[in-house]
Amino acid sequence: MPSYAGPAAARPGDVAGTLRLLAYLALSITLIVFDHRGGWLAQVRARTELLVQPLWWLAGLPARLGDNVRDNAATRARLSAENRALRNALLVNGARQARLQAATAENERLRGLLGAVERSRLDVQLAPILDIDLDPTRQRLVLDLGSRDGVSVGQTVIDAGGVLGQIIDVKPSTATVLLLTDPDHAVPVAVARSGVRLVVYGRGDRLELANVPLSSDVKVGDALVTSGLGGRFPAGFPVGTITALRPDDSRAFLLGDLKPAAQLDRGRDVLLLRRVIVSPGPGAATAQAARNAAIPDSPISTRAGPQPSQAQGPRTTDPASRGPQPPGPTP
Amino acid sequence: MSRPRNHWVLPVSVLVALLLGLLPLPAMLQPLRPYWLALVVAYWVIEDPDRAGLGFAFAMGVIADLTFGGLLGEQALRLTVMAFILQRFRSQLRFFPLAQQALAIGGLLLNDRVVGAALRLSLGEPQLPWTFWWAPLLGMLLWAPVFLLLDALRLGRSR
Repeated sequence: MPSYAGPAAARPGDVAGTLRLLAYLALSITLIVFDHRGGWLAQVRARTELLVQPLWWLAGLPARLGDNVRDNAATRARLSAENRALRNALLVNGARQARLQAATAENERLRGLLGAVERSRLDVQLAPILDIDLDPTRQRLVLDLGSRDGVSVGQTVIDAGGVLGQIIDVKPSTATVLLLTDPDHAVPVAVARSGVRLVVYGRGDRLELANVPLSSDVKVGDALVTSGLGGRFPAGFPVGTITALRPDDSRAFLLGDLKPAAQLDRGRDVLLLRRVIVSPGPGAATAQAARNAAIPDSPISTRAGPQPSQAQGPRTTDPASRGPQPPGPTP
Repeated sequence: MSRPRNHWVLPVSVLVALLLGLLPLPAMLQPLRPYWLALVVAYWVIEDPDRAGLGFAFAMGVIADLTFGGLLGEQALRLTVMAFILQRFRSQLRFFPLAQQALAIGGLLLNDRVVGAALRLSLGEPQLPWTFWWAPLLGMLLWAPVFLLLDALRLGRSR
């Protein structure tokens, strides 16, 4: 203590300060532990987070304004170029869709012959992302839609490429998405080529395939789709492509790195799968609101990565692990 | 104490710090985001100890945890630790020239990163990428402007 501070007089205050510090430290550690474990604190938290909503809205404002300005300032030439590109894409997709429609019809007919449960169309809702940065250790997104718009906890979130995550928290005007890459997240998947069932874990900023048996029919380049086990995610949506396989610490299993099928970094919009499945039939989804679109189940699932070669000789695939076959590759 | 003080500056500065923390940055710049709230809390703890103490730091931390959607109590703990150290050395810090003060704040922000990392380690949560360790440096550089701005706002025209 320097001389001018009056060390003798400061002593009692020091003790009281230290005690106060200890009290606050104990309080925050209690909070941390309770929040880490989950439980009753989650409810308190959900309530209090409502107060934060205006702040989020305010923080998302600059990005929204920026988007507006960019849209307004875009030159005519750029817009028409973009328009042309989009029109081409629409044409190509339309053609593809038409072909898939035929395949879907045939699929449904065959399923009918097999007596299987009818797969129906999936209903999706377009959801804009509220552009704010949350805690960088957690892989979350905030959507600009909430319970007021019919969003509910547990809904699957996808984009054009594949599964993005699921809704874990809904407020009246916002919803929080847990991304596949969050360390708390795991998704049951199946290898599109061989049907081997595995689990993909989030590892912060990447995806990992853990506990892959050495004998299973899994290769680098394999596309993974959701298997639908566990009931959280519907089956057949692309999750990612295996980019590397290596033995884990025990040398008894393999670890795999994945390239996510969805664009996990910021986009502008995502699609929310509605739980409600529209009854099958060609006319079921024609009268949708302008923001909503109905897409058949198969077109998305068939975009899963590179086409696997059919000439692949089966290695030591356990027949039991083949299970319900995920939608196969398009011819 | 005889000078008229602007009492609205404290809540507004905290609000702005929270908003700056939420502001979307490109992924490249994200690790460099300074810990605005820590800078603001540090200012108030140094300059206005009657209103801002450990309890203030703790409350701001809880609010920040709720706002950023992180682990509840994490920032509360980090800010409390920082406020405590600041209180201990307040008498010296107040007489430091601004550059030296900034250096001390840089050290505190670095310490804050260490506390955060230790906390994550003990809970088994994933660590931040190493690039996030640049942020204290930026925070240090920003201390002088933040300090001067808040001082000017709080005390009217100038000191």
